[in-house]
Amino acid sequence: MLFTVGSLGAVKMFDNCERILYCRLTPWLQTRRTGPATSSINAGNMDRPVHLSNIFDPVSTPAQAILELSWLVLWICAGIFVIVSGLLVYTIIRFRRRRADDDEPPQVYGSNQIELAWTVIPLLTVFVLFLVTTRTITAVQHTVPSAEALLVTVVGHQWWWEIRYPALGIVTANELHVPVSDQTQPLPTFLKLQSVDVVHSFWVPRLAGKTDVIPNRDNQMWIEPHEPGLYLGQCAEYCGTQHANMLLRVTVHPRDDFDRWVAAQQQPPVHDPSVQAGRDLFQATACVNCHTVQETVANGTFGPDLSHLMSRATLAAGVVDNTPQNLRAWMRNPQQLKPGNLMPDMKLTPQELEHIVAYLVTLQ
Amino acid sequence: MAFADYPTAPPHSDVRHLPLLVQLHDWVVTVDHKRLGLMYICTGLVFFAVGGLEASIMRWQLAFPSHDVVAPEVFNRLFTMHGTTMVFLFGMPIILGMANYLVPLMIGARDLAFPRLNAFGFWLSLFSGLLLYFSYLGGEGLSGAGTAPDVGWFAYAPLTERAFSRGYSTDYWILSLLVGGIGSVATSINMVTTVLCMRCKGMTLARMPLFVWLLLVVAVMILFAMPPLTAAQVMLLLDRYLGARFFDTQAGGSALLWQHFFWIFGHPEVYILMLPGFAAASEIIPVFSRKPMFGYAAMVGATISIGFISMGVWAHHMFAVGMSATANSFFAASTMLIAVPTGIKIFNWLATMYGGKIRFATPMLFCIGFLFQFLCAGLTGIMLAATPFDWQLTDSYFVVAHFHYVLIGGLLFTIFAAMYYWFPKATGRMLSETLGRWHFWLLVIGFNLTFGPQHLLGILGMPRRIYTYAPGRGWELLNLLSSLGVVFQALAVLFFVWNVIRALRQGALAGDDPWDAWTLEWTTTSPPPEYNFETLPEVRSRRPLWDVKHPYDPDWRHE
Repeated sequence: MLFTVGSLGAVKMFDNCERILYCRLTPWLQTRRTGPATSSINAGNMDRPVHLSNIFDPVSTPAQAILELSWLVLWICAGIFVIVSGLLVYTIIRFRRRRADDDEPPQVYGSNQIELAWTVIPLLTVFVLFLVTTRTITAVQHTVPSAEALLVTVVGHQWWWEIRYPALGIVTANELHVPVSDQTQPLPTFLKLQSVDVVHSFWVPRLAGKTDVIPNRDNQMWIEPHEPGLYLGQCAEYCGTQHANMLLRVTVHPRDDFDRWVAAQQQPPVHDPSVQAGRDLFQATACVNCHTVQETVANGTFGPDLSHLMSRATLAAGVVDNTPQNLRAWMRNPQQLKPGNLMPDMKLTPQELEHIVAYLVTLQ
Repeated sequence: MAFADYPTAPPHSDVRHLPLLVQLHDWVVTVDHKRLGLMYICTGLVFFAVGGLEASIMRWQLAFPSHDVVAPEVFNRLFTMHGTTMVFLFGMPIILGMANYLVPLMIGARDLAFPRLNAFGFWLSLFSGLLLYFSYLGGEGLSGAGTAPDVGWFAYAPLTERAFSRGYSTDYWILSLLVGGIGSVATSINMVTTVLCMRCKGMTLARMPLFVWLLLVVAVMILFAMPPLTAAQVMLLLDRYLGARFFDTQAGGSALLWQHFFWIFGHPEVYILMLPGFAAASEIIPVFSRKPMFGYAAMVGATISIGFISMGVWAHHMFAVGMSATANSFFAASTMLIAVPTGIKIFNWLATMYGGKIRFATPMLFCIGFLFQFLCAGLTGIMLAATPFDWQLTDSYFVVAHFHYVLIGGLLFTIFAAMYYWFPKATGRMLSETLGRWHFWLLVIGFNLTFGPQHLLGILGMPRRIYTYAPGRGWELLNLLSSLGVVFQALAVLFFVWNVIRALRQGALAGDDPWDAWTLEWTTTSPPPEYNFETLPEVRSRRPLWDVKHPYDPDWRHE
């Protein structure tokens, strides 16, 4: 118990130690992995740097506001822990029964003054906690989008994220790209959260607390990241078989970088004549019922938009790196990489598979 | 009373020499509160072992990143069954079993008010458990989807609608809880009636043992908390089979409606499980500190306040669903408020020990473990009550750690304390102190090793209910430590099983009052006869046996 509370208090130091520790230990732990079905495909993960999603290391305004409150609550709780457990330890040691002492101790039945004291002091503590809590609730919840704020709609699906930028005409999946916000030019991003099926929850710990993504209800949250970088998160509300593999990647770009990303996403999909066979095949199969490739007959919305598929870093909501090899494995048998997911095995012949992969990898 | 001339055998008579079939038949048809209590407890312990096994498989899966022990849907069934089992098939039966066994003995009654209703309640509980586990065989149904339910123990809509949960597994879950809930309500009505109407002469409400007071509050809470759950289960069944649209979001239903219904049941349920633990601690700590409970009236008052406030805190499970700031503040306030009466209890236990002469027998060891661990659970509870902090922590492993500190660190430890304390009364034999100490220390180490690191996993962004995780998120070492703890916990439980078997065969004889205790159950033989007391006792204070043992300084002079 001391271990727990102590580590909570030292979590900032812990953060640094952990980075070092994990860099050393990770290779060893990874060799312990089993599961031949996925290990060869996951091999790409081996060299990835450790990405911590520590809530005590926030980079965005709402997460920082939460952390300020958290430290206060944590210190108050740590104080209570030290006092009460100290009293307990003292009592246990001081008032243990000595050998051969069979006399009953003085019988004490209670004391109204003492009872009053340990009712009133906690009440006051709780009142203070309530006030600071309410202040932070209001600060986070009552922020309204400014005129320049970026508006994004995030739609939860079993088991991936659809990400739409209505003002920019961009639709992508699983990887949210936002501009950095600095003090001279604040640029928060407001997320409208919707679900097409069951309850999910949007959580990127270093950017903000989680907000549930609920069907038949629009929720809203906001982030205002101050440091460019990649921040990981994932669905935090159990949503069915592949809840564990509903990962989120948020890339925070410097301004000009973000503008370049927007411009690239706004381009129509690449039309490469050399992969005409694959394109025809793609458009002639049931792929188009679920997936969209802009400016083609493929306009399904059940699965991720593929117009700029290869601009994304991962496949299957973060399960594997987005490489042609993994794409091929994914299409050959989607149930192997992510058992239970809703993409059917299209029973493609090896040759058809090659054609379609060749087509898809042109969708930069 | 008619009971007085009931033909009964004295303890240790030749009942044991009856043919096995006759003995079993006796157990099946019994309406004796002690036998039903023991059957409740045994049912609970069997399901505890099953739930623990499920948890161990989950921890084995999570011990390493991308570890492939069980398939995703199997893992999801495991945590659904683990949660449902531990709350409804271990927690509820064991607390109702303790209440069944002890309340009549403590208030000097011969049985509960409605013995046959009591038997009915037990058999409903047992069959609700069997029904749930039958889903492993029958859940597949005709449509070929799923075996055991895999919707999580709070089964958030609309995942439970037929569009997302095909087959019959979810129906088994619904019906099992429906049946079990009716059983719990029946037993609660019985308990309330018994406590209010069947106390022995002289036992005013203010002289009841705290154990009885707390169980009375628990029984009343069950009466208020269970009906919303039952109603929600019926609504869900209507949705699934009669085309109602309560929770069917695709037809305009509300996903949040289910959450409100469930947690209006679910949060009082936490206290329904926890208060019997407090009840046991409130009996054991005074006896082993050799002092009366400090602030009896404050303890009763705190319990009743917990009962009331717990009915108004449910939406703290829903801070992340996007409620208004006003609603969030209200539920933060009510949740923090409940820390006050809970704190009063901890302080009163502490004050009871202060100035005493503490004997560290196994029941007391478990109570001391409980005090430290429940303190941690309470403090992480305050962190979770601070709404914005909760936005980060909810649905993460921090929450998993928090409620296991409540339910294992708090409840399970007090249940074991109660087992060691009242086992001699129920069987006439003492459990071994040596094995008990092994049990205690292994469980302390294993429990804290398993659930301590989970706080940090939550802080590092690990959500609950994931069947796998990729390496490189900083979760490897903590998960491995957490899984290692399971080994110690399993060993601890084995020591307990061994201890019980050993004690039943060759344990030292207990006598009527092995702990030099003060409440009425220790005035009768161990095990008590079917009619409990040869003559119904009469009490003048909260500690009738103290008065008998100290005739020159009885309690009734001071109370």
